[in-house]
Amino acid sequence: MPPSESRLKVKRDGSIIEVSFRDRNILDEANIQQIGEELRAIVDSEPKCKLLINFMDVDHLSSAALGALITVHARVRGTQGQLRLSNIDPQIYQVFVITKLNKMFEIHETAEKARASFR
Amino acid sequence: MQPANRRADIDRVESAVLGALERFGYPDASRFAVRLALEEALVNAFMHGHRGLPPEETVHVLYRVSPEQVTIAVTDRGPGFKPEHVPDPTVEEHVELPSGRGLMLIKAFMTSVHHENNGSRLVMTYKRPDAKAAT
Repeated sequence: MPPSESRLKVKRDGSIIEVSFRDRNILDEANIQQIGEELRAIVDSEPKCKLLINFMDVDHLSSAALGALITVHARVRGTQGQLRLSNIDPQIYQVFVITKLNKMFEIHETAEKARASFR
Repeated sequence: MQPANRRADIDRVESAVLGALERFGYPDASRFAVRLALEEALVNAFMHGHRGLPPEETVHVLYRVSPEQVTIAVTDRGPGFKPEHVPDPTVEEHVELPSGRGLMLIKAFMTSVHHENNGSRLVMTYKRPDAKAAT
């Protein structure tokens, strides 16, 4: 698969941009870098972006992927946007709990609840 | 096994180890834990252990899987490091740093972890949570 192909599926629901992943395993360094760049472009595409990252179908996530999410979080906050995460597998959620990133991110059980939480 | 710094080689090592767990009937949560720890250990070995070394340098992986436990040793060719010098990524001043969580996750998901050879070898053991259930 060529590296230039998008690693994300992006859809818009009103003012909310919802992103999900093409890969079940978000481990590869090159893919993670690309995902980070694509998310940054989305955040920069409009002021006060409302971004929902949906982890449906993601089975594995490495600490490098967490790093990319932390960078996106900072970018969203810096542009007065809002970021929500949803549909995180219970095992992956443990990774967020262990690293205490469940306190940094606003995480919702479902995309529907996440969408309803935007202000 | 001696993977080079290529995704395909890392995947090959992970598949071999996870295949062994599957043959012994380890539950899904165990396979998740071991895969995550192995992934983080290999990435750390290449990214941090081999920093400044030629890219063709390989990492040595030794693993033993029994019905009760999994032991994996990951040895890089770097000068090593002091694990106590790795900053705690959960304290407030580090929480926004995008890196430094790999070792923490390894320690959380594995039963025991220790370093040898000045930190260039990581030895980690996972004990099956309910060994009696293994059939």
